[in-house]
Amino acid sequence: MELKEKLVSSFMAFENTIDIDSPVHDIRVDAIKNFEAEGFPTKKQEAWKYTSLNSVLKNDFSVFPKETGALDYKDVKQYFIHDIDSYKIIFIDGKYSSHLSATTHDGIDVCLMSAALNKPKYKLIIDNYFNKIATKDSLSSLNTAFSAEGAYIHIPKNKVVEKPIQIIHFSTGNEAALMLQPRNLIVVGENSHVQIIERHQSLTDNPTLTNSVTEIFANKRAIVDYYKIQNDKQSASLIDNTFINQKQESIAKVHTFSFGGKLTRNNLNFYQNGERIDSTMKGITIIGDKQHVDHNTLVHHIEPNCESHQDYKGIFDANSTGVFNGKVVVEKEAQKTNAFQANNNILVSDKATINTKPQLEIFADDVKCSHGCTIGQLDESAMFYLRSRGIPEKEARGLLMYAFSNNVLDSVAIPEIKSRITKLIAQKLGVNIGFDL
Amino acid sequence: MSKYTEDDLREELKTKEYEYGFYTDIESETFPNGLNEDIVRAISKKKEEPEWMTEWRLEAFKVWKKMTEPEWANVQYEKPDFQAISYYSAPNSKPKYDSIDEVDPELLATFEKLGISLDEQKKLAGVAMDVVVDSVSVATTFKETLAEKGIIFMSISEAIKEHPELVKKYIGTVVPQKDNFYAALNSAVFSDGSFCYIPKGVRCPMELSTYFRINQAGTGQFERTLVIADEGSYVSYLEGCTAPSRDENQLHAAVVELIALDDAEIKYSTVQNWFPGTAEGKGGVYNFVTKRGLCEKNAKISWTQVETGSAVTWKYPSCVLKGDNSIGEFYSIAVTNNFQQADTGTKMIHLGKNTKSTIISKGISAGKSQNSYRGLVQISPRAENARNFSQCDSLLMGNECGAHTFPYIEVKNKSAQIEHEATTSKIGEDQIFYCNQRGIDTEKAIALIVNGFSKEVLNKLPMEFAVEAQKLLEISLEGSVG
Repeated sequence: MELKEKLVSSFMAFENTIDIDSPVHDIRVDAIKNFEAEGFPTKKQEAWKYTSLNSVLKNDFSVFPKETGALDYKDVKQYFIHDIDSYKIIFIDGKYSSHLSATTHDGIDVCLMSAALNKPKYKLIIDNYFNKIATKDSLSSLNTAFSAEGAYIHIPKNKVVEKPIQIIHFSTGNEAALMLQPRNLIVVGENSHVQIIERHQSLTDNPTLTNSVTEIFANKRAIVDYYKIQNDKQSASLIDNTFINQKQESIAKVHTFSFGGKLTRNNLNFYQNGERIDSTMKGITIIGDKQHVDHNTLVHHIEPNCESHQDYKGIFDANSTGVFNGKVVVEKEAQKTNAFQANNNILVSDKATINTKPQLEIFADDVKCSHGCTIGQLDESAMFYLRSRGIPEKEARGLLMYAFSNNVLDSVAIPEIKSRITKLIAQKLGVNIGFDL
Repeated sequence: MSKYTEDDLREELKTKEYEYGFYTDIESETFPNGLNEDIVRAISKKKEEPEWMTEWRLEAFKVWKKMTEPEWANVQYEKPDFQAISYYSAPNSKPKYDSIDEVDPELLATFEKLGISLDEQKKLAGVAMDVVVDSVSVATTFKETLAEKGIIFMSISEAIKEHPELVKKYIGTVVPQKDNFYAALNSAVFSDGSFCYIPKGVRCPMELSTYFRINQAGTGQFERTLVIADEGSYVSYLEGCTAPSRDENQLHAAVVELIALDDAEIKYSTVQNWFPGTAEGKGGVYNFVTKRGLCEKNAKISWTQVETGSAVTWKYPSCVLKGDNSIGEFYSIAVTNNFQQADTGTKMIHLGKNTKSTIISKGISAGKSQNSYRGLVQISPRAENARNFSQCDSLLMGNECGAHTFPYIEVKNKSAQIEHEATTSKIGEDQIFYCNQRGIDTEKAIALIVNGFSKEVLNKLPMEFAVEAQKLLEISLEGSVG
């Protein structure tokens, strides 16, 4: 049975397992209809021109995990940013693991989507925010239809959350092939500040497909700092849909570090509904054999005096494919917008491919918008310089590549993440250098 | 002089009427509206074409019937009814003239208004004209000079008769019949166009040029141009057009094929000023053009275009860099005003080693117009050391227009070096202030800035054309270009 049919027919069963009277029932039903009508995206669609899901979708994924595998903290410690104190929301095969998690209701809500969807005290938030900015495209709809579990984070007004929140999804390989659809909702109140780290990690060689949707609402003057660490196994594929709605003077930053996984698609959408908003999205992609990373970004400038900054660096080795499709839309009311977009790439192998399409759509005249895109190699004279000073070729190459991607790390606010990423870069480049020295 | 602001400029742009909107009344022989196999055959017969050409047209027509109009471009328009168009129209007084005096005086007056009076052109050394009014070549000059060098420069219908071996060998090799909807249509029904062949090692001593005009009500123009530069030769080809003011939409679907063999160089310059429609967005020409060049070893093709007219433009002059060390260039200024829509750009397909391409695109949008750059740079796995530089700058005047950039970059070779940058800006108050401060009034300052903005491209035009390009920019953006 095709995955699409399987999903559509599983929907009824799914609805029965959860509360059918829940307020999101209608939303789910609409969403599955939407998905049924559209199906999985194909390469014929402009947004999926360079990314084909076929190789992933042919797996016979089980849609509901049957039982929860248990994990010991010591076995998975390496996937945590463990050297800092943090709130943790941990899922194993799509099910919440209270054992590994550390949630809170003390002044802020860091808890579960399932709780938020079912408990009356969250009803107001769910009514106001749930599925309000997620687009109606087929994959987001699919997630909406099956939305049951994920992270729910609500920060009220004037709160600086003192420690970061880690959201980690593990898959253990209890099933031959598993499809996960986590759904996250993050609402950050006026003047509040939160840092979130998200990771999807497969612990098995059985194929997994994650179709995740995260909705983030940054209210007035809120600061949201979001880190996505993607360094998954070759068996794991990820479709990550993130939607961020910003109110005036808010700041939202999303850093995406893509170092692994079979197929990774990041749909990152910013909507600026207010003045003097700042949006930042940055990414480092270092991939190799048969890996595919696709960054699809949208910044929608709707009101005046806003800024957006995009900076994506990519290093592509072996048979890897990189895609960057960045779109900046400036509405005619959005005067005095400053929008910058940069996408720089290095191809290391002749078999690697990079497809990039930085798009600007501008309807306002008093704006400063630019995009730059380069594809090139390391500077041979710089290599020569380093080697003439006794640095071996491999290390010299590593240093130059690190320097190439380094400025993305400048805006990372958590030092532990910075050093973790630095180590990962060294590991990916196959050199043993502590770049942070 | 009183203060001249951008608002004044915008006001002027709004009210500026199309200057070249006149209509020459020449008796035309026109086919009935509609398109079917018989019409294709009739066109071919009318042009006394050999059998293979008729077959070639029919093949294209068969493909076209199965195709649908492309919709991916960022333009909106009422689709033309292809059965409501007459596919052939020729000026009635058709004999070949030996001297200029024999030419229909009304026609000559038309040229005079366009500033291309033939006799003057004859005296001014340099430019040979293959003048096209509607679809049939009426006058050709300087043929003898060119003939001495062995250069063939004639209408394509003549070439089909006189040099069938060349036409047969090259037509459709760069733009195949089934390339796209409009190219297929053109292949089936093309009425005339220019043909040019430069023999081995010859440097064409003058700029070759054609002027296209749409003249008969409801007649679509389907021009076919084929330029072949044999090994080691050089040619600079100019194409320019203005069209009469008209209310109904006119369709223009041309195909231009350039072939640069080893070590050859072709420079193709276009000034396009089809009727853009009225200030209310009524009428105007639909310009759906397929232009492509093929570069063999060490060859170079350079496209330069100044696009000021047409209600809808859909045009991507491209280069296929097949041979090693070949070079492709694209320089473009696209100006849109009122309700004009332009979706234009280029494709650079790098196949050979050490191939280079440069793309400079300047878009100026005013009024309620939409201006899009759409480009593709493709580096194939075997194109070692390919190099591309692209720059797309947009200038917006007013907040009712839009500027769009859709660059596609596909690289499959690690030694490629690609740079792409795009900027969008308006004429800065600080720039104007700077000029004012130094005693340059605002009008001159705007002129200076727009001129500077497009200079990189204007500089690439041949001398003979630069003047006309300036003139056309003036019409489109009067008051902003000195």
